[in-house]
Amino acid sequence: MAKVLIPTALRAFTEGKSEAEVSGKTAGEVIAALAKTYPDLKQHLFDEGGKLRSFVNVFVGDENIKNFGGLDAPVSENETVTLVPAIAGGNADLCMGACL
Amino acid sequence: MSVLPGIIEDSRLNKLSNEEISRYSRHLLLPQIGLEGQERLKAAKVLIVGTGGLGAPLALYLAAAGVGTLGIVDFDFVEESNLQRQIIHSTNDIDRPKVASAADRINALNPDIKVVPYNTRLTSENALSIIEDYDIVADGTDNYQTRYLVNDACVLLGKPNVYGSIFQFEGQASVFYAKEGPCYRCLYPSPPPPGLVPSCSEGGVLGVLPGIVGTIQANEVIKLIIGGGNSLVSRLLLFDAWEMRFRELKLDKDPGCPICGEQPSIHELIDYEQFCGLKPDHEEIPVDTIEATELKARLDAGDKLQIIDIREPHERAISPFPGAKPIPLGQMTRRIDEFDDQIDSVFLCKVGQRSVFAIRALQEAGYKGKLLNLKDGVNAWARDVDNNLPQY
Repeated sequence: MAKVLIPTALRAFTEGKSEAEVSGKTAGEVIAALAKTYPDLKQHLFDEGGKLRSFVNVFVGDENIKNFGGLDAPVSENETVTLVPAIAGGNADLCMGACL
Repeated sequence: MSVLPGIIEDSRLNKLSNEEISRYSRHLLLPQIGLEGQERLKAAKVLIVGTGGLGAPLALYLAAAGVGTLGIVDFDFVEESNLQRQIIHSTNDIDRPKVASAADRINALNPDIKVVPYNTRLTSENALSIIEDYDIVADGTDNYQTRYLVNDACVLLGKPNVYGSIFQFEGQASVFYAKEGPCYRCLYPSPPPPGLVPSCSEGGVLGVLPGIVGTIQANEVIKLIIGGGNSLVSRLLLFDAWEMRFRELKLDKDPGCPICGEQPSIHELIDYEQFCGLKPDHEEIPVDTIEATELKARLDAGDKLQIIDIREPHERAISPFPGAKPIPLGQMTRRIDEFDDQIDSVFLCKVGQRSVFAIRALQEAGYKGKLLNLKDGVNAWARDVDNNLPQY
């Protein structure tokens, strides 16, 4: 099992959970298993073509999967997988383009 | 270790006065800073983009540290709800331009600092000419279009971009410096489209959080100026204030990066609103709206309506809308079967922006019933119909 750390920005789609234990031998399998448990999360992680979205990074340990195989990056037992979406924040007063 | 070459040339250094030596003695006593480091701080010119949550501690600490020239860019005015975190502004400053309020505070803290206020929005037209005059840019903005603009301008001009970003309880910090490591686009080639913005579903930020992240940025700025210590370049620092946890991830330069990679395709600043998907798409289906007073009239006339409150429970509690059915934005399409398409539906949130995303989600899921957006949200209802409800 891998431990996935879910950032606040995505917790609205994981019933508020900040961590999840899922199984998978690659980063792709781990994230797919997570998206299966939390279907609302899927569109925020993958585009229509099933590719990881450009504003979400996935780290296995402290390495970005971009640098070692992308979604095929191996995940060993008890590894920590971290989702790091882009955040722009500060302005929480208005919900417009400016507060994305 | 990422020890970067100093960016302040020796020819720019001037001796400190006796008054300055007294003022900065606690820096001078540190062998890593000393007289020469303080002279570098005095010679340095730093541009702070945004004088909000991140810009406030950045400006205060850099002024206190004796950074000789501080440029501050902001087009906004101080609002009451800013004061929970933007500690450079005070209650007396409400409705003043943020740069005026910030400049006064910086001058009061350290009259030796030259403050250059830019009471304008940073744009593709003015960014290069403003940033050109500075050694370092500290990014304290709150939106994607300005973040990509700051990044691209810094890459094109060869300047370091000291980055910080916050959301609720979480922060990120790094130093993007294309000469020495990755840029922001190496990490995030493009921003989320506005319709897919998780952060929009819940606003709010812990007031202390930008204080911590902005102070980390100030620390990185000072090390870049002095030319010592281990820089955050090629590292992404993640901070969770609720869990009180710092994590550090490795960042690498992306050889395919469109602006700092081996074969860059971007050679000048672009239209960042378009890049961030903020210009309306003409093919988009229009969303019908309903004014608060009109909704009141229809309810008084006994019209049958489905009123959907898309806010999360804690937000609904601030200003509850009587009779509305709560369906949080994140669950909209999953709960499409709970709607009766023979009855008009009215969607509401705080100011009527997130509710548009709820309507679009249902339209895209093929819902055929009538969907109306409460214009200006619950705040309009509180303003125009029920004065007992708070606006927030």
